[in-house]
Amino acid sequence: MPDGRMDKIFEYIPENLLITLVAIVAAVGAMLGVISYLILLERKLSAWMQDRRGPNRVGPMGIFQPFADGAKFLLKEDVIPANADKVLFLAAPGIGLLTTMLAFAVVPYGPVGVEGVPWFLRFIIAPGVDIGIVFIFAVTSLAVYGVILGGWASNNKYSALGSLRASAQVISYEIPLGMSVLGIALLGSTLDIEKILTQQATGGFWNWYFWTQPLACLIFFTSAMAEANRLPFDLSECEQELVGGFHTEYSAMKFALFFLGEYTHVITTSFLTVILFFGGWHFPWIATPESTYTGAWIVMLLVLLTKVFMVIVLIMLLRWTIPRFRFDQLMNLSWKALIPLSLANMLAVMTVLQFGWDRWLLGPISIGLFVIAGVISVGFKRAEIRHRPSAVELSHHLVT
Amino acid sequence: MAVAKEDVIWIEEPEMGFWEMTFLPAIFDGLKTTIKHVTNYQPVTQQYPEEKPVLPLHYRGVHRLNRDEKGRVKCVACMLCATACPADCISIEASAAPPDWPDRDKFPATFVLDELRCIYCGMCEEACPVDAIELTHIYDLTGETRAELMYDREKLLDVYDKTKDDPRDPLRTRRGKLGPAAEFGSLPTVAPATQVTPGDRSAQSTAPGTIHTYNNPNPFDDPGTAR
Repeated sequence: MPDGRMDKIFEYIPENLLITLVAIVAAVGAMLGVISYLILLERKLSAWMQDRRGPNRVGPMGIFQPFADGAKFLLKEDVIPANADKVLFLAAPGIGLLTTMLAFAVVPYGPVGVEGVPWFLRFIIAPGVDIGIVFIFAVTSLAVYGVILGGWASNNKYSALGSLRASAQVISYEIPLGMSVLGIALLGSTLDIEKILTQQATGGFWNWYFWTQPLACLIFFTSAMAEANRLPFDLSECEQELVGGFHTEYSAMKFALFFLGEYTHVITTSFLTVILFFGGWHFPWIATPESTYTGAWIVMLLVLLTKVFMVIVLIMLLRWTIPRFRFDQLMNLSWKALIPLSLANMLAVMTVLQFGWDRWLLGPISIGLFVIAGVISVGFKRAEIRHRPSAVELSHHLVT
Repeated sequence: MAVAKEDVIWIEEPEMGFWEMTFLPAIFDGLKTTIKHVTNYQPVTQQYPEEKPVLPLHYRGVHRLNRDEKGRVKCVACMLCATACPADCISIEASAAPPDWPDRDKFPATFVLDELRCIYCGMCEEACPVDAIELTHIYDLTGETRAELMYDREKLLDVYDKTKDDPRDPLRTRRGKLGPAAEFGSLPTVAPATQVTPGDRSAQSTAPGTIHTYNNPNPFDDPGTAR
């Protein structure tokens, strides 16, 4: 190769490609490292909540447990059941991880659109995607293919049941999840996540969408937990009923891929909750667009990560706080509570925008909608109890 | 058999109010509990290999063959234990006692006990007329081969030599007396298998078999309550 040819090649590599590669490496690398320690944190938190000690044998306080786990996942025997559909069985964990990782591409994981950030750092893999929110929901709902294919290909009744449940659950919760965010898209008149983030940051503390859309925040958080198959909505893998659900037959690294996918989903969800409702990297006095001191972007990054961390810890706390829903309760919650509520919330946003009312009205309206929903459900329950034969009446038939 | 009508208590489903139907107060209540456990962290787990549990006195572990005052094996090869054994894990070959053992006719030439087959029911201990076989507190029995865990006479005597000075494994031999259980005026309390907090139901029970408090983790240590 003649001299100078290599320099030419570098000239043709666009700067953007390098930046994107840095962003991908940073995001995926950080993600994998963080997930392994989040798993340790979750195990520790679970243990503390249950008055246990948690992993404490590998290194002081068990801080090297993730390495032991990783080694175990790599070295364990990788069993493929004899009657499994091999192609789908192998593809399923990959699809599960790929789709959740893909969704992270449009999520800003640091301060975007801020001065002072080094040129090679861009805290989003794919910037300026106009349909960012739609992209995320489209891609994360594909994650259910990993679950369904895995359950089906295992050729195991429990796995199939688990994946059936998962598909019904994800389809049901997709609707409130998308509709709860539509209100924000209407208010900000954009679907671009970066723009939504910038709007809140420049608007200040009271412009966080949480204050105008508290109900949407609740609905979004609830359905996102259901989408991620986290407790109390982990019906697709509940151990007591379905052994392990769709991943019963999976072992070693393939199981780890499913696990990684689930955690990536949790992280994406937490990022979205913070970015859509809690102002992203913005925090009054500490990190505002006006803060121009050197290293302000690091503070912003830390603010964002702290918020995300708090949401993740909340998800972990909720895991041992709420018992798992029964399947009909799960469906009732989605179809009878979350979908009507998110529809009503969207209507409220549309009405407010159409008639040009003050958008601060949306906060009280959300609370009002929530109260109305509560009153209606109390009424229904009372009516149901009234029309049911009382236990004493029943007793005449039962006791001989 | 049908249950008598007056013995049946019918319970109506409790009515749910507004706040209960919205789920939120219950969730916050639950969060308060879980967070309290994290911030006020008091583990109850025992760190096993470092901290060994204090087992109740009636625990039945690995067997031993007791020695008499002269250091000879106490067993008289009467076969009662082998007969009583429901798992059929004891095999004894008796032979005539040496002439300088005038107190018995027979003694076990071989005494092999399959520790893997044993179900640790303690019937051999009960059957033995001379209190020669006893169950100790040793529970962490391990071996690399099955043959290793076929305990013969010498091994069982070894277990005796190792455990005879342990206060938790006292020699229970009392020739001509009934067993220790016969002397209980009332049933002693038995600690639960795991430690419980004083607020626990099993700690508050006054019936035998369940009482346990923090001050007195093992009632058998207290000469006042145990025999």
